[in-house]
Amino acid sequence: MTQSILRDIKKAAKKSLKAREDELANTQKQLEVLNGELFSSGELPYFKDKIAKSGQFPLKPKTLEVLQINVGYMCNQVCAHCHVDAGPDRKEIMTRETMEQCLEVIRNTGAHTLDLTGGAPEMNPDFRWFVEEASKAGIKDFIVRSNLTIILANKKYHDLPEFFKKHNVHVVSSMPHYTRGKTDKQRGDGVFDKSIKALQMLNEVGYGKPDSDLRLDLVYNPSGAFLPADQTAMERDFKKALKEDFDIDFHNLFAITNLPISRFLDYLIASDNYEDYMYSLVEAYNPTAVENVMCTNTISVSWDGWLYDCDFNQMLDLKVASKVKHIKDYNDDVLNNREIVISQHCYGCTAGAGSSCQGTVA
Amino acid sequence: MANSYYDPADLRKFGNITEWSEELGNKFFEYYGKVFEEGALSAREKSLIALAVAHVVKCPYCIDAYTKDGLQRGITKEEMMEAVHAGAAIESGATLVHGVQMMNKYEKLSM
Ligand code: SF4
Ligand code: SF4
Repeated sequence: MTQSILRDIKKAAKKSLKAREDELANTQKQLEVLNGELFSSGELPYFKDKIAKSGQFPLKPKTLEVLQINVGYMCNQVCAHCHVDAGPDRKEIMTRETMEQCLEVIRNTGAHTLDLTGGAPEMNPDFRWFVEEASKAGIKDFIVRSNLTIILANKKYHDLPEFFKKHNVHVVSSMPHYTRGKTDKQRGDGVFDKSIKALQMLNEVGYGKPDSDLRLDLVYNPSGAFLPADQTAMERDFKKALKEDFDIDFHNLFAITNLPISRFLDYLIASDNYEDYMYSLVEAYNPTAVENVMCTNTISVSWDGWLYDCDFNQMLDLKVASKVKHIKDYNDDVLNNREIVISQHCYGCTAGAGSSCQGTVA
Repeated sequence: MANSYYDPADLRKFGNITEWSEELGNKFFEYYGKVFEEGALSAREKSLIALAVAHVVKCPYCIDAYTKDGLQRGITKEEMMEAVHAGAAIESGATLVHGVQMMNKYEKLSM
């Protein structure tokens, strides 16, 4: 039975929840699930109560280090686990006007890292212009989260490795597994072969080589209802397999826990794994990880310029609890005084060694 | 009251066995934890051994637990199935080797 449900999910996953008019496309619905009986009955503790126990409530930001900008939800892929609910059918794209407002902030912020994400950020028609402008701002670490297959999706993207190199972009790419079966199941048929080819193209221009300054890191998300294993061990296994089988080099592997929101939440519910998964997250709760959750050093900006504590809160439409809520009014000091908005999805950031866009945190 | 002998939710309550015998329970879990740490064998190898044994002793809780553990460690389904076959081969071999006893007895009793 589960098999047939999973097949249905796979079929449905060719479109975003939004395009399918699935009720979970509604962020209110997702929050209802996250605040549902499992927690309201007291079976599992609310995240707020859990962190209060270790004296960590309210969660407050530390120094701002990372500005993460989501330039749009459009993507060439429709991965089953996507927390953005991205896909070719999503039309939300950052305009040049909003990009200008972001650039203004990038030029003046104390953050040392700029992190462009999506969807597939490269699909935004103003992406290259934005990268060129932003790279002049003297940011130390300039990350673009590229899904790899985009490089091969169309001729106009084939030169992306060269383009990234020219602007000294730090490429962070998702690669769920080093075997074909697992990758394609999570991300779609053919994704594995294309990802391998794209990694080889990046290697060719110098990315990921052991002594190269052109940083190429990989992101690993578990392809199912389980948590990632030890990041170091995974990195070792990935390095060995990718080198032996495809002569591919990369620098670091970030193991990222799937948060129970959006399409991953949909999958958890449909496959009857939601309860078990939440138990796993709560059981693996690690107060040390709370200290360094991503929202303590990051601000996330949406395609339309709203500000969030993190990309996950953005997808749940939980805007920052601050007077400043939009990039056009951006102010470091005011924002730094806010309390971080939390819910039960936050358990995904505090399980085991913790999880953030830069991998483990504890 | 559950109306079947096995309830998947009971696996989460495994730790509760310490409530009725704290000392022995804690000693067991300490031992258990230690066994599965990285050692002369990697934690990955031990996870596969655990999976094979789980099948041989036919413990549904352990099968669930070590399938999930394997997935977490990036163990492939081919590796998992080979481990199950290794367990099954030993188990069937252990049955079949008793065939020698049967043969011996047969010969002894026959004229
Ligand atoms: S996970 Fe990344 S590559 Fe996959 S659909 Fe979402 S944004 Fe696109
Ligand atoms: S989900 Fe966002 S707000 Fe919650 S802990 Fe993680 S980074 Fe912080």
